[in-house]
Amino acid sequence: MSNILQEIGINNYIYLSVLLFCVGVLGILFRRSAIVMLMSVELMLASANMLLAVFSVYHQDASGQVFVVFSMAVAAAEVAVGLAILVAIFRNIGSIDIEKLKNLKG
Amino acid sequence: MITIIFYILATVTLGTAILTVLSKHPVHSAVYMIVCFFSIAGHFLMLNALFLSVVHIIVYTGAVMILLLFTLMLMNLNEDHAPKKKVASRIAAVISTCLTAFVLLAVLLKSNTVIDTYRAENIDFASVKVIGQVLLNEYLVPFEFASILLIASMVGAVLVSKREKKA
Amino acid sequence: METVFVLLLLICPFTGFLINLLAGKKMGRTLPGIIATTAVSASFAISLFYFIQILSTNAPVEVRLFDWVTFGEFSIGFDLVLDQLSLLWLLVVTGIGALIHVYSTGYMKDDENVDRFFSYLNLFIFFMILLVTAGNLGIMFIGWEGVGLCSYLLIGFWYKNQSYNDAAKKAFIMNRIGDLGFLVGLFILAYLLGTVDFRAMSFELSDIYGIDKKLLGVAALCLFVGAMGKSAQIPLYTWLPDAMAGPTPVSALIHAATMVTAGIFMVTRMSFLFDLIPDVQTFIAIVGAVTALFAASIGIAQTDIKKVLAYSTVSQLGLMFMALGFGAYHVAVFHVITHAFFKACLFLGSGSVIHAMGGEQDMRRMGGLKKVMGVTFVTFLISTLSISGIPPFAGFFSKDEIMLAAFEHNKILWAIAALASLLTAFYMFRVLFLTFYKDFRGTAEQKHHLHESPKSMTMPLIVLAILATVGGLISLPFGFNWLNGYLQPVILNLQGVEHHSLDSTGWILMGVSTAIALIGFGLAYSKYISKSAVPQEDDKIGGFAKVLYNKYYIDEIYNTVFIKPIYAMADFFKNVVEKIVAASVLAFGKGIAILSVYTKALHNGSVGFYLFVFVIGFCSVVFCLLLI
Repeated sequence: MSNILQEIGINNYIYLSVLLFCVGVLGILFRRSAIVMLMSVELMLASANMLLAVFSVYHQDASGQVFVVFSMAVAAAEVAVGLAILVAIFRNIGSIDIEKLKNLKG
Repeated sequence: MITIIFYILATVTLGTAILTVLSKHPVHSAVYMIVCFFSIAGHFLMLNALFLSVVHIIVYTGAVMILLLFTLMLMNLNEDHAPKKKVASRIAAVISTCLTAFVLLAVLLKSNTVIDTYRAENIDFASVKVIGQVLLNEYLVPFEFASILLIASMVGAVLVSKREKKA
Repeated sequence: METVFVLLLLICPFTGFLINLLAGKKMGRTLPGIIATTAVSASFAISLFYFIQILSTNAPVEVRLFDWVTFGEFSIGFDLVLDQLSLLWLLVVTGIGALIHVYSTGYMKDDENVDRFFSYLNLFIFFMILLVTAGNLGIMFIGWEGVGLCSYLLIGFWYKNQSYNDAAKKAFIMNRIGDLGFLVGLFILAYLLGTVDFRAMSFELSDIYGIDKKLLGVAALCLFVGAMGKSAQIPLYTWLPDAMAGPTPVSALIHAATMVTAGIFMVTRMSFLFDLIPDVQTFIAIVGAVTALFAASIGIAQTDIKKVLAYSTVSQLGLMFMALGFGAYHVAVFHVITHAFFKACLFLGSGSVIHAMGGEQDMRRMGGLKKVMGVTFVTFLISTLSISGIPPFAGFFSKDEIMLAAFEHNKILWAIAALASLLTAFYMFRVLFLTFYKDFRGTAEQKHHLHESPKSMTMPLIVLAILATVGGLISLPFGFNWLNGYLQPVILNLQGVEHHSLDSTGWILMGVSTAIALIGFGLAYSKYISKSAVPQEDDKIGGFAKVLYNKYYIDEIYNTVFIKPIYAMADFFKNVVEKIVAASVLAFGKGIAILSVYTKALHNGSVGFYLFVFVIGFCSVVFCLLLI
């Protein structure tokens, strides 16, 4: 069975993940809309998942992929709760601009 | 051939990711993100991780993105609702991102690879069958905990988003 | 069986203490005294039983109750040992203790806190028994501290008088200095020998090859410092005269007969250690001799009857230490016993006088009591003859043996001791003449009030006077010498030494001692009987007499040299150092408060800003951990 890493090399995947992760960071820092920030978080998670899968192949061990499954479960849970919170906030404040979420400031 | 496919896929992934982040309209962001996730699923396919790629499509593009879009529709957000940050903080955001990228790349470049020349050893480690076995033998307890987590988050999501009676 | 009996010895007084402490208030004024006396008498009976037993078996009784302290190789057991030495002391402690308890039932009859008094007395007896029966230095230290505590409690018994409280504190603090020495000595011995058990230490020291002799000397010196504190030797003696603030039975029991001899007991117990270090022995002898003379010279100018007796006690203790310094442990023990008899009798007699005088202690207000207080007078006279060293009373024999030992070892110290004896005879007869002869000098009201004390008080006096007369028989210089034989198993340097028969030097010394005592008597007689002199009032005393009357201003010197600097230091710390510390602490707090005003701007509530900080922090952490 041929393996893709023989042809492409692990380094390229690492660069890809890091860049994807940084795009996520950029989204978090760049945008004020909470829902887009949530998407950015998903992007970062996906990049981490991809790296896990890559290393699973690299070590030829199924555990890495199992971890990806778990992290997807956690991501799904996070999105569900996060969106619920956003809905609640939007209902109360009428906006999901994070600059307006300052009620807890001392 | 595979290398070319990889580069195309990688370009699509990064490009749609950037578009996701930079699109002014949140719905556009969501759509770009769907494309991005499909491309990531493609990466999984190339890595021979069939199970993951299918799960990824189902969970992210199927569940998460629908949920996001549904929320966006619910809130009826449009460009007017997407205020921009100040220029200074945008520049700062870009600089910090570059900093992060630099640091992470530097770390990864600095590290030594465990295996010098990579060799495939022809063992089955990525088929659905093997993953199912590993998941339900070695990782049975975490698996159950994951289900508890999902239940809890479901209950929590319902509870949080429920319209409260005015006190 | 033996464990039970030995325990009973300890438990009896402790039970008395507990009963009187917890239930004494409800029992009226007579019952506490009866309970306490019974408890001590029971201990006396047990001591007597063991004493008779050891006379025939010659084997000490040893009991280990439990392991007290254990770490690694080192352990201190709760050991009680009843050997010849501790039994002798037990007899003195419980016997005289019982007599004084009886006396106290009369003396303290009218005090409202009589139950407290008796509970303290019983506690004292308990700790004293623990001290003398201890099988190692650790247990002895418990007793050592315990008797110090009881001494403190009893000196300050009439706590409503502030000067009495001060006296109690003074005694306690002075003893602390000594106790520190005791502890340091204990630790050094534990370090050097790996044990503090008396027998084991004695065994270890039988071959001192490989043991640091200098450190051993330091240990011996430290232990002697402990003895100095407890037994009121120069320079730690000033607490004992002040301790006369306590009720007179306390002075008789604790500050004359038993507790103050604990130092002698300890040095005798550790004789195997002191024998090895002649330098320390010489030091002990010098300190003892100087104390004897010094205290005796103060004694001749005091007008408070109890103060005279207190200085006399210090002086006699000095003589005992001198004997210890010469390695004549049996002689010191002998003098401890006879001294316990006659000094307890003197104190109780003075208590009887004070009782009759309604609390007056100044001899200038007394006189002519002979006619009213017959029993007190006779017993006081016998004890005075005994302490002055006039044959054939007990004090003569013990003092003579000390003189003999002194003459053998060091003529100068002998001369000092002889001078001290002369002064002793003088001031004791001075007390006798001023108190009991001539005319009464007090007020008419006091004169009307004069009476002989009740039976409960005179009975112990009579018993003690008899003992003070015949007590010398246990160790006669010629022929029969029971005490030396008895003590041979416990005092190493007595073993194998034939007691030399009395030669001509001995007889001459005996004559000299007697002559000295008679000279002292003569001087006192000519001054206070023939010339009817009465000590002057405080403000008319001048010259050297004033220095003596004010005790060489030792208290004032201590005040200036130690107490004032400490107060000054305390003031300095309170007014300067504490302020600096407080100010710096406050400044620190203020600095933080000011800083917080600015740093709280960072907490602006903006999630975006927090995220920036978070990302940059993440970058720096990764940078520090993985790239540097």
